[in-house]
Amino acid sequence: MEKFAIALIFFTVFWGLIGVVLPFLIPKGPNRRLIQTMLILTSACCWLFWLCFYLHQWNPLFGPLLTTTDARILRELWSTDF
Amino acid sequence: MTLCQLFLQPDAAYACISELGELGIVQFRDLNPNVNSFQRKFVNEVRRCEEMERKLRFLETEIKKDELPIYDPEDNPDAPKPREMIDLEATFEKLDHELKEINTNADALLRNFNELTELKHNLQMTQGFFDEAQAHPVGVLEDMAGEREIELGGQTTATAGMKLGFITGVIPRERMVTFERMLWRVCRGNVFVKQADIPDLIEDPLTGEKVHKTVFVVFFQGEQLKNRVQKICEGFRANIYPCPENPHERRELAMGVMTRLDDLTVVLSQTQDHRQRVLAATSRNLRTWQIKVKKIKAIYHTMNMFNNDVARKCFIAECWAPVSELDRIQLALRKGSEASGGGTVSSVLNRMITREQPPTHHKLNKFTQGFQNLVDAYGVATYREINPMPFVLITFPFLFAVMFGDAGHGLIVSVFALWMVIKERSLKDKWRTQEVWTIFFGGRYIILLMGLFSIYTGLIYNDVFSKSLNIFGSSWRVKFGDEILNRRDIDTVQLEPTPYNYSGTREYQQMYSGTPYPFGLDPIWQVSENKITFTNSVKMKFAIIIGIIQMGFGVFLSLWNHLHFNHRYAIYLEFLPQIIFLACIFFYLIILIFYKWTHFDGLVSTQAPSLLIQLINMILLSYPTEPESSRTFYSGQRGVQTALIIFAVICIPWMLLGKPIYRIIMNKRRANYSTVTNHTENAEHEIDEQTHENESTKKVEMSEVWVEQGIHTIEYFLGCISHTASYLRLWALSLAHAQLSEVLWQMVLHIGLSTNGYAGSILTFLVFMPWSCLTVFILLLMEGLSAFLHALRLHWVEFQSKFYKGEGYPFIPFSFRLLLDEVPIEG
Repeated sequence: MEKFAIALIFFTVFWGLIGVVLPFLIPKGPNRRLIQTMLILTSACCWLFWLCFYLHQWNPLFGPLLTTTDARILRELWSTDF
Repeated sequence: MTLCQLFLQPDAAYACISELGELGIVQFRDLNPNVNSFQRKFVNEVRRCEEMERKLRFLETEIKKDELPIYDPEDNPDAPKPREMIDLEATFEKLDHELKEINTNADALLRNFNELTELKHNLQMTQGFFDEAQAHPVGVLEDMAGEREIELGGQTTATAGMKLGFITGVIPRERMVTFERMLWRVCRGNVFVKQADIPDLIEDPLTGEKVHKTVFVVFFQGEQLKNRVQKICEGFRANIYPCPENPHERRELAMGVMTRLDDLTVVLSQTQDHRQRVLAATSRNLRTWQIKVKKIKAIYHTMNMFNNDVARKCFIAECWAPVSELDRIQLALRKGSEASGGGTVSSVLNRMITREQPPTHHKLNKFTQGFQNLVDAYGVATYREINPMPFVLITFPFLFAVMFGDAGHGLIVSVFALWMVIKERSLKDKWRTQEVWTIFFGGRYIILLMGLFSIYTGLIYNDVFSKSLNIFGSSWRVKFGDEILNRRDIDTVQLEPTPYNYSGTREYQQMYSGTPYPFGLDPIWQVSENKITFTNSVKMKFAIIIGIIQMGFGVFLSLWNHLHFNHRYAIYLEFLPQIIFLACIFFYLIILIFYKWTHFDGLVSTQAPSLLIQLINMILLSYPTEPESSRTFYSGQRGVQTALIIFAVICIPWMLLGKPIYRIIMNKRRANYSTVTNHTENAEHEIDEQTHENESTKKVEMSEVWVEQGIHTIEYFLGCISHTASYLRLWALSLAHAQLSEVLWQMVLHIGLSTNGYAGSILTFLVFMPWSCLTVFILLLMEGLSAFLHALRLHWVEFQSKFYKGEGYPFIPFSFRLLLDEVPIEG
């Protein structure tokens, strides 16, 4: 459970910095609002995209189907310890 | 945006308009729409400008003919004053006349030169004939039938019959054979033809082309034959030249021709030099003049739109201008008045109140211009409506990237766009006539964003040219023993998805670590047989989630619109039912998706609810117990879902009946006010307020309101469901792209990569070309265009139909910069 949280916290904080903190630091100018909108939208979309893929893989309902050849190759390549 | 009236002094008018043109922020209205363009006040000036443009075009073609470079002006030349226009006209007239003269002279000289050249060759060849004839008199005599003899060297030999005449001339070589045959047939073989080819290419005096020519001499006897030969020569368009019979005279003529040719060559070269000098001088100023003339013409076109008030002796102009720019406009007017010798009365700007819908003006820069074009292509925003462009700026490239999702392809697209952006200045004016290029160049920022987002989504899909990257280490391990993997009767094994020992037995092996791959899709899926089944699930869920969120966002933007226009009633009667419906059914669906992701794992996979079936059952209010995936999966689900359905269904009549009933009530109230109150001023006040709120000055037809509201309701509620499903194209296109990419790799590049040895390296080199060509044309261009189109459709229909009316007209200011950019100056 804890390891699962590491990546979650990391990316949430990363996109949170970009989307929530950075807009306050944009200097005043004619494009301030536009850049703020861009940052917020970008971070929201990208974070959501990452989150969906992360959550989907957290509790997989089925495992990958490998050919026996590929399975043997991967067993050698990646060994059997996590 | 405000409607302004400008009162301009006649002398200052020109200068003021010139200043406003440089500023480029007002849009003039045509105050004389019924006047024929030939009856307008400044039609003569416009005609003069067109004359000048015609002359400039002629000069430009002449310069291009000589392939001289045309210099672009470094700075922007100002519109010249009316007096300068006369000077310009005189200059152009002089240049035009001079050039035309040079051209006609050169033509005449050239024609003369060519004739003389032909004559020279003619004389040379005939000299050759006669010398030959003198040397071989016997042979020639034997050729002749009869007692006739040829005149040899001027000695006329007495013959039994008549004297021989001859005609010499020059004819193009191709026609020679047919010419001879015709002569033979017509003159019944009674003529003698000798010919010799001219070795050089001669420029034909009439056509101006360089052709091979032949000199011929036709000998005949008698007047009749002479006429026939002449007619045939004319028919074949042979150039006949007189040739003196006397060899002395011939020699003198030949020498005269040589000297004349030499003189002509000198004159011709001098004429060419003169022409070059004139054109070179012109080419330096050509562009500046063109810009100046364009500006003058534009100013006079604008002034044609003004109303000439004779009584007050000034011009009245009406224009739309942004309120924030009024100061700058005043400044420009003052500058113009001063520049034209400042009269005592300067030009006046007067704001007018009007009920007309002003044009829509968005402040844009080169980055946002491209995206605004995408939005405007569907419809220009209604005046003061919310502009979807700042949101489209990010969501459009993002949705494109979800469909395009390949980091390698995204990298190529980004590099291409980056090149266009960095080299903006130098590329701006290149290839202006290639429309495909201008489209790509105009959208360079869009393409850049699309590429960058594609790299991100490609990394999350873990797809780089259809291969995966293993950066963090896969979460899956193969823990089958040899006894399973070496069996002959099975082809595939499936890894165990549950990360803990659920059966309590020894045989369980933990093959999934319990922690998902930290960034994106695990690399093991790329090599597994059921990759598509896995990715389908997550891509579809994401597509639905992002679709519903985008639609919800659209509905909230409509709230913003209602707040801005102060339509309080619309918030309660339109926004609320819309958002409640969306939330009850579709936001609930999102919650279910997240619930399923977090509460079901490999152990209970057979009981995991099928979300689609659950949604259908929710709407049908049926709760079967049989297929495990259709059972309720949390306590209280029946109650919650029934409640949500009831709320959702209430929204339908709420939206359908709310607004029309409100209208009826408003109409009644207005009617009451106008009859009950005796003070007409009060009534007008109230009526004004109501009409201001209801945007109409006359009583609204009730049947129209009912029909319109019915349409809106059906559109929204059916749309919610169909648009949600429509977002599944995000999944479909990304699947297609991934599969195409994989096919290209497996079928094309793999051939080279899987061959061993030196042959393999050569094969890889050869195979790379078709692979890269197919990648660029099919995957980047075709798929890119397809994803672009679908992302655009999602924005135009699914997103914007929730809040965007798009019934405005664009603000097109009178701006010199726009004018000059519009018509690409061929260069």
